[in-house]
Amino acid sequence: MKEYKAVPMRDGYGNALLKLCAADPKVMVLDADVAKSTRTDWIKKEYPDHFLDMGISEQDMVGTASGMALGGLIPFCSTYGVFLAGRAWDQIRTTVCYNNLNVKLGGAHAGLSVGRDGATHQALEDVAIMRVLPNMTVVVPCDSLETEKATLAAAAYPGPVYLRFGREAVPVITDEDTEFEIGRARHVSGPELRNAGEIADAAIFANGPMVREAAIAAEKLAAEGITAAVYDLHTVKPLDEEALLAAAESAKVIVTAEEHQLAGGMGGAVSEFLSVRHPVLMRMIGVDDSFGESGSPDQLYDKYGLRAENIAAAARGALGR
Amino acid sequence: MTEERERLMAICRQVRSDIVSMIGKAGSGHPGGSLSATELVCGLYFGGILKYRPEDPEWEGRDRFILSKGHAGPLLYSVLARAGFYSPDEMQHLRELGSILQGHPHAERIPGFECSAGSLGQGLSVANGLAFAFRRTGHPGRVYCLMGDGELQEGSVWEAVMTAAQHHLDNVCALVDYNHVQLDDTVENIKALGDLCEKFTDFGWNAIEVDGHDVINVVEAYKIAEALKGAPTVIIANTVKGKGVSYMEGDPAWHGTAPNAEQLERALSDIAGGNGFEKYLEEDYDSEEEAPEGEVSPL
Repeated sequence: MKEYKAVPMRDGYGNALLKLCAADPKVMVLDADVAKSTRTDWIKKEYPDHFLDMGISEQDMVGTASGMALGGLIPFCSTYGVFLAGRAWDQIRTTVCYNNLNVKLGGAHAGLSVGRDGATHQALEDVAIMRVLPNMTVVVPCDSLETEKATLAAAAYPGPVYLRFGREAVPVITDEDTEFEIGRARHVSGPELRNAGEIADAAIFANGPMVREAAIAAEKLAAEGITAAVYDLHTVKPLDEEALLAAAESAKVIVTAEEHQLAGGMGGAVSEFLSVRHPVLMRMIGVDDSFGESGSPDQLYDKYGLRAENIAAAARGALGR
Repeated sequence: MTEERERLMAICRQVRSDIVSMIGKAGSGHPGGSLSATELVCGLYFGGILKYRPEDPEWEGRDRFILSKGHAGPLLYSVLARAGFYSPDEMQHLRELGSILQGHPHAERIPGFECSAGSLGQGLSVANGLAFAFRRTGHPGRVYCLMGDGELQEGSVWEAVMTAAQHHLDNVCALVDYNHVQLDDTVENIKALGDLCEKFTDFGWNAIEVDGHDVINVVEAYKIAEALKGAPTVIIANTVKGKGVSYMEGDPAWHGTAPNAEQLERALSDIAGGNGFEKYLEEDYDSEEEAPEGEVSPL
């Protein structure tokens, strides 16, 4: 097993914002009193005129960002995903999305990775409530480098974008040269099913830190003679329909894996699409209609079944192996 | 001044007629809160305060008006039509499928309309954001935001009130249509606002209180607000819900009910007769005596 350096995903957000502020006077970074947590304190220090701490006022932060966007700026709202998507949902729906404003939302500390803070701070529903909004784009990168690329891409992508990233240091499995394009699933390992003639027993679509788990699962499965293609489905909306159709045609089963509720998340989006366009046997890995709790991220991933072994078992089960 | 008053009052009569007519034709809508804020918005658009170009709605140099109380869409729909942004014929299609004039405003469809609204308590934050953008880009314009009094029950309004004060956004001017009536009942019976001037000044704002149906005083208030620097200003306009239509005035039932054909006829007759506005046209009426209260900022 290859060893990777572990870096907090939020560092990627902070690094991208530093680059953006250096290059573009229109970029503004807003935070809601968690700048040290989201890494926007780097902007506060380096580019104070690009930074605004809105205090503990998520709704006001999103509304203010909306006005900035109407005035031609490119605002990034930053706080814990659970408060950004949840507390400010109505502002995001009616002001940001209905007006199709160029507002970027950085949802930090998402999933179980916030660990010991417990369930109140663990965003497990944010993808669901963001992806149902018309005009919204939802991106869930897999490591700090991909978070950096996604943040840079979001700045150049028209309209509302919700970026979701975790708190913990996670292995950096991509490198500077790894491609990233909003809306295009990234092939990680195994057969590339978008190429004619390639087939697999299972296709695994994962995002966030679960991409790493999916890659490990595919190695386990390969040792058992099961071929698995792994994709980083970082963009939950708009879905990469081409990649999903190719997988549905060329693999016997599809497994999704995410650090989110099973209901309404990325797996739900894949299921909604494929059940209509190309029905295929599916299994979904995620949190099963439950709040999280305090614990180390590792303990929580074990308890809530977000491990490579859970993904591998789901593939085996679906294949009848 | 009397000539200017008559000119603006005639526009207000036109706008009020438009409001009740379009809502009557649509068969649904919110007449009360459009009629109460008519002088506030007409004074802004037709009293030489707001800078805009109907032939170029996206003109960079324009001031911005944010309608936070989205249910008063019909008021803006009439004002924008009468200002020349689009044909008044559009008002025939309020709330119809495919209309540019949705039940609550969808800005993308409406020339001259800045920001969709309908869920309350969001507009002042947007106005602040525009003010930040103006400050950052050196734009000399001002940002106006109209809120209802019932809307001030939304906590997010007070988040925005604090933001504007914290950052001394003196290019922001908030307007409160203090008509004392909300959907279910009077504001006082549901969740009273108390002394609004004091609330805003305690939060670090300048506050100006006006008779919201005296259009000349409203225009003067805008001029005073523009001259106040260092803090945002709120104009608290004492108004009457349903103003100008005798049977609608002060009655919560007309917050969100359309007049039927017979009621519409009476409404148009009331408006044409200048119901309740006679005092503003009396020859001995001295606007100086009722000039707006000055700022009461603790700055």
